[in-house]
Amino acid sequence: MKIHLTSVFVDDQAKALRFYTEILGFVKKYDVPVGETDRWLTVVSRENPGGTELLLEPAGHPAVKPYRDALAADGIPLAQFAVDDVRAEYERLSGLGVRFTQEPLDMGPVTTAVFDDTCGNLIQLATQPQE
Amino acid sequence: MADDLFKALADPTRRTILDELAEQSGQTLFEICSRLSMKHRLGISRQAVSQHLAVLEAAGLVETRREGRYKFHDLNTAPLRQITERWPAPDPSAPEESPP
Repeated sequence: MKIHLTSVFVDDQAKALRFYTEILGFVKKYDVPVGETDRWLTVVSRENPGGTELLLEPAGHPAVKPYRDALAADGIPLAQFAVDDVRAEYERLSGLGVRFTQEPLDMGPVTTAVFDDTCGNLIQLATQPQE
Repeated sequence: MADDLFKALADPTRRTILDELAEQSGQTLFEICSRLSMKHRLGISRQAVSQHLAVLEAAGLVETRREGRYKFHDLNTAPLRQITERWPAPDPSAPEESPP
């Protein structure tokens, strides 16, 4: 068994697609209409297009808002993305106007940072120690 | 107020939380929990950290602020002044008292 797809809820799929591709640098994999306005919309890493897909899922369900609001208040990220250099990504994304709730910080073996994806989620960046 | 202050300072985990906030103010609960577990190997639950923060907040040592959807914790060392006012520390710049 392996993880093939994971998801984050997003307020607005079109806006999320722009943020995840134009700002973060992912590439769109599937974009299939579902129902009247929703899409089955996934992105993958440019570095690994055959890897795990991230589903940008509409946040319309009534359970989503209280769930995400409670996590946001405590600063809990809903996903973690690996990067080679957290500090370099922090500089790059800050320069593009991305808002961080946690600046790069050494957490023992890993370095992490947390930013707001503008779609309702906090996302953690992590750099694992070099092998 | 003084009792709250001493109670808050009496616990080693709460002192570690203050150390972490002294190093970087404005942390979310998630960040404080991460640093306690990863830097200090303190395996305590998020709920327990939350309770520790409530004790620190009651003593005035931690202040919280909401910014948009997020809640940040800041260190406030002002209440510690009560301790030095109660038991004044010698002024290191003053000349030593010569024995009579």
